[in-house]
Amino acid sequence: MNLTIVLQQLVNGISLGSLYGLVAIGYTMVYGVIRLINFAHGDIMMVGMYFAFTGIAMLFLPWWAAFLLSMLASALVGVIIDRVAYKPLRNASRISALITAIGVSFFLENSFLVIYGGVPKAFPVPSVFGGAINIHGVIFPNIAIITPIVAMIFLMILLFILHKTKYGMAMRALSFDFETVRIMGVNVDLVISMVFAIGSFLAALSGIFWAMRYPAINPLIGIMPGLKAFAAAVLGGIGSVTGAAIGGFIIGISEILVVALFPSLAGYKDAFAFLFLIFVLLFKPTGIMGEDLERGRF
Amino acid sequence: MLEVKDLNVFYGVIHAVKGINFNVPDGKIVTLIGANGAGKSSTLKAIIGLVRPKGEILFKGKEISKMPAHLIARSGIALVPEGRRVFVNLTILENLRMGGFNKELHELEPLYEKMFELFPILKERAYQKAGTLSGGEQQMLAIARALMSEPELLMLDEPSLGLAPLIVAEVFDILKELNKQGRTILLVEQNAAQALKLADYGYVLENGTIALEGEASGLLENDEVRKRYLGED
Repeated sequence: MNLTIVLQQLVNGISLGSLYGLVAIGYTMVYGVIRLINFAHGDIMMVGMYFAFTGIAMLFLPWWAAFLLSMLASALVGVIIDRVAYKPLRNASRISALITAIGVSFFLENSFLVIYGGVPKAFPVPSVFGGAINIHGVIFPNIAIITPIVAMIFLMILLFILHKTKYGMAMRALSFDFETVRIMGVNVDLVISMVFAIGSFLAALSGIFWAMRYPAINPLIGIMPGLKAFAAAVLGGIGSVTGAAIGGFIIGISEILVVALFPSLAGYKDAFAFLFLIFVLLFKPTGIMGEDLERGRF
Repeated sequence: MLEVKDLNVFYGVIHAVKGINFNVPDGKIVTLIGANGAGKSSTLKAIIGLVRPKGEILFKGKEISKMPAHLIARSGIALVPEGRRVFVNLTILENLRMGGFNKELHELEPLYEKMFELFPILKERAYQKAGTLSGGEQQMLAIARALMSEPELLMLDEPSLGLAPLIVAEVFDILKELNKQGRTILLVEQNAAQALKLADYGYVLENGTIALEGEASGLLENDEVRKRYLGED
């Protein structure tokens, strides 16, 4: 194996990793504020894909409009899920909310199965994202280059919101202390809705790029990337946004490299993400960026 | 300013506050004293809306007992919670910003200046994480954070808890100063001697009911209070 291939695979891994990272951010933020592992989060990726598919292939919208509308609609779906399914359980035991999240996941998967059918749909990839570029003999698919750039832009915007706006500040404070945030005159339900909106928006973004990478979509497509993104969030230290992004990159890059370096193990590539997670947690149980589980950090 | 009528707080089957009545008049310092578990903190939590009470709570003549906490806070009541509960993962400045969450941007700068004048230590450490402050400094931050909303009624839950006597004196001096500037204060304390010296009027809570009430200076002289809360024979 020569340097060219390593470089190609690395770019490929970074691109895949940024997709995991975008989804992992949603897991980590929701966990940060309401201590819930939102198992329906991976399915929001799928929702985003189908919304974008509908926009382009059925409503014939320009791709950018379809993408944007899909992300906004997915954000709304995330907010509605919280209001309908999780909010009534805010003071219930955590396990009730967790089981509800699994129920929501099944609900989303099966609703889309009913609406769109189980036959995979071909996702229409806009020409901007198709094709490849050749840099000094190394060929990079456009999508592999664009994905991490887009992910980085949105990560920067998110960090700006978290650290420079009052609602972002409230999100960080909320991850530490619910009651005290309320007595500051903050509408906590509104802040939680914002967290779900942001998380779902990013999951839909990730879903759309996932669909352009692997352009056959079905209603169960969100499960595996969702699980890996969850692994990424835990790996990075759940509750930490930067940790989620780092965890995503690590899982993505290691998955690609394992396949590239040991082609005979390619069939086990999904297992490696989790193996890696187990390995890291053995040595650092709170994840890479996790320090104190009792404290919010993003 | 605040009238509490027949206030009851239940936690499941536990009846923590049993039909108490009290008033906090404009511009006064009123204190609720009593032992641990007497229902003092529950009373404050009921007023700010963190627990749902039965009974009537009138703030400036308006019934607030069924309003959500954030709207009660916005109507002009601030609580300095027990144990200070500053946001340790935010900087001092961000903590103050949280306190003034519903203030317009242009209102914030003068408020910060006011807080830094009142608590110079906070200015030096404006960009440090609140978790790095000492207990006394965190208490000052918690008070400053509450003042950022310019509340008409400032409530404090055990501000002296866990602080060295010298720091307690400092905190109480600041409360006296705030009151002189016209701030109405409702103070909950186990440290009865200090609280009664500061306050205009006091209520003694026992097992969720008011056992005694009166002018604070009178309560300080009261034999029963001296024996049970001031540790004198």
